[in-house]
Amino acid sequence: MSVQSIRPFEPVVKDAAANFHGLQVVYLCWDKHLMFYAPIAKMLPPSMTFGELIDAEITPAYSRHPDFARIDWSAVEWRKDGEAFTPALDKSLADNGITHKTAIHFTTPGLDGIGGSGF
Amino acid sequence: MDMSVKKKLGLKEKYALMTRDLGWEPSYEKHEDVFPLIHYEGLKIHDWDKWEDPFRLTMDSYWKYQAEKERKLYAIIDAYNQNNGHLNVTDARYINAMKIFLSAVPSLEYNAHRGFARLGRHMAGVGPQVACQMQAIDELRHAQTQIHAISNYNRFYNGIHDWKHMNDRLWYLSVPKSFFEDACTCGPFEYIIAISFSFEYVLTNLVFVPFVSGAAYNGDMGTMTFGFSAQSDEARHMTLGLEVIKFMLEQDPDNLPIVQKWIDKWTWRGVRLLTIVAMMMDYMLPKRVMSWKEAWEIYFEENGMSLFKDLARYGIKVPDCVEQIKKEKHHISHQAWTTFYAAAPMTNFHTWLPNEDELDWLSEKYPETFDTYYRPRFEFFREQAEKGERFVNPNLPQLCQVCQIPMLFTEPDEPTQIAYRQVEHGGEKYHFCSDHCQHIFEDEPEKYVEAWLPVHQIMQGNCFAEGDDPTAPDFDPIASVLKYWHIVPGKDNGDFAGSEDEKNFAQWRGMATSNQ
Repeated sequence: MSVQSIRPFEPVVKDAAANFHGLQVVYLCWDKHLMFYAPIAKMLPPSMTFGELIDAEITPAYSRHPDFARIDWSAVEWRKDGEAFTPALDKSLADNGITHKTAIHFTTPGLDGIGGSGF
Repeated sequence: MDMSVKKKLGLKEKYALMTRDLGWEPSYEKHEDVFPLIHYEGLKIHDWDKWEDPFRLTMDSYWKYQAEKERKLYAIIDAYNQNNGHLNVTDARYINAMKIFLSAVPSLEYNAHRGFARLGRHMAGVGPQVACQMQAIDELRHAQTQIHAISNYNRFYNGIHDWKHMNDRLWYLSVPKSFFEDACTCGPFEYIIAISFSFEYVLTNLVFVPFVSGAAYNGDMGTMTFGFSAQSDEARHMTLGLEVIKFMLEQDPDNLPIVQKWIDKWTWRGVRLLTIVAMMMDYMLPKRVMSWKEAWEIYFEENGMSLFKDLARYGIKVPDCVEQIKKEKHHISHQAWTTFYAAAPMTNFHTWLPNEDELDWLSEKYPETFDTYYRPRFEFFREQAEKGERFVNPNLPQLCQVCQIPMLFTEPDEPTQIAYRQVEHGGEKYHFCSDHCQHIFEDEPEKYVEAWLPVHQIMQGNCFAEGDDPTAPDFDPIASVLKYWHIVPGKDNGDFAGSEDEKNFAQWRGMATSNQ
């Protein structure tokens, strides 16, 4: 369907990639860790490597959680826009197929929040 | 001498005389040029005179009663001020519920006024024109009395010194603001279904219970009075909501799917908006009225369902989203309060952890979920706070493109998994909190791609304080955003315990109740 309007109009895409000064929005979510209540939004350079994403963005965002220090990064399961994927740590976000407003979710098997409560 | 005494006019005759001049047919302009908005939504209206104005029998006395209500209301507000009525509330935490109400609702009332004034012009029959104009006046009165009520609080308590400025900017206030702007940018028929039917008729009790009864339970006479003063109008507005839906459905069978789509959309939009009300009922009123779950069961599952039974003869079905809401009623208030607790530095009110009594009340009211999922969260937060490491989520959240609420809702059948939905439109990705918000987007993507999402606006650099230089080496983006919102960190937000509000209230109440 499409909007019904009194006259034709060109919608303004408020969050078009061009509006973010060369950076792109990336959403991150550590599933089963609701202490952080919602996926988080980051504005990142497409040239950032996935390894840097983990060290410079994911770590400060989530390190407060007692589970964080126990993560086995080789066992982490990643999803990109809902599809399972294996990131190349030394490649850029762009080369990993992460574009503007991509949602990255990850689960850490065996670590499901405090007491396994999803929190 | 004989006097010829004219017979007094009946109510119907008076109404006809008061409104008849609106009913003329244009002679040199085409009807569709005079009423340009009544066709494009696809609704078919054959006979505007079939509209029975539900206000017509009260119109005559309307002005007299409204004037009388105003006089009483302001007399009570005056007395409340002179007697420092704010010191009679159960507990100063309560004031924070009022801060949310007063930050969000006056602009909703004002936008309702704008919306109905527009409909008063654009509806093509005298009945709906008069009904909408009268409601526009009511809504303007509600906005005014609420704005006046702010001064009962903001001279004493922090966070609501600049409600209108914040209403246009602050992240969580974009939720109610965008809800109403969505309605105001609809055609006239969708607007009236959105506001008069879905919001005022179906959901209104769920708004009034926490505010009006909540105020009464918590000793806040000022709010109770303006609440009652507005609520006595709501009965009339609800009548309009019911009248309008019957009118549309009786006019043409082709109207049914359009009306059903709007009911589905606006029931969901309304319930998402009420998440914050659920949180206020369960966490912010020191003396609880009832739980959100109980209110939902009484006012929607019982009363609302009997309404839908009545409408079944027109072919109207209960919105699909109701099944999901039945599941979510066990969760949303807890999810919302833990969110605001963790986002405390970014709000304009104080948060706190429920005390032991309150935790037990929550366990009793939410036997299926509270002890399993939510009590452990508060215990963790308490433990952290006692260690001097009060938990704060340092991140900006992803927002739903439609309801604009942070994506905090979980899967209806899996309360530890956040629900996320996404679609692509025009080469861009869009994200949603639920199937229902996704469907609303898919129906009118052109509308929702224009959403002003606060988190993205901050990132684009549109929400920094004037004069701040984002390229300066010591630039602190969050500090600048708070300054742009006119929020003083720690004074207007953060923990209630240790706040200026807590200290002042204790001191003033002490002065009012003892000789210290």
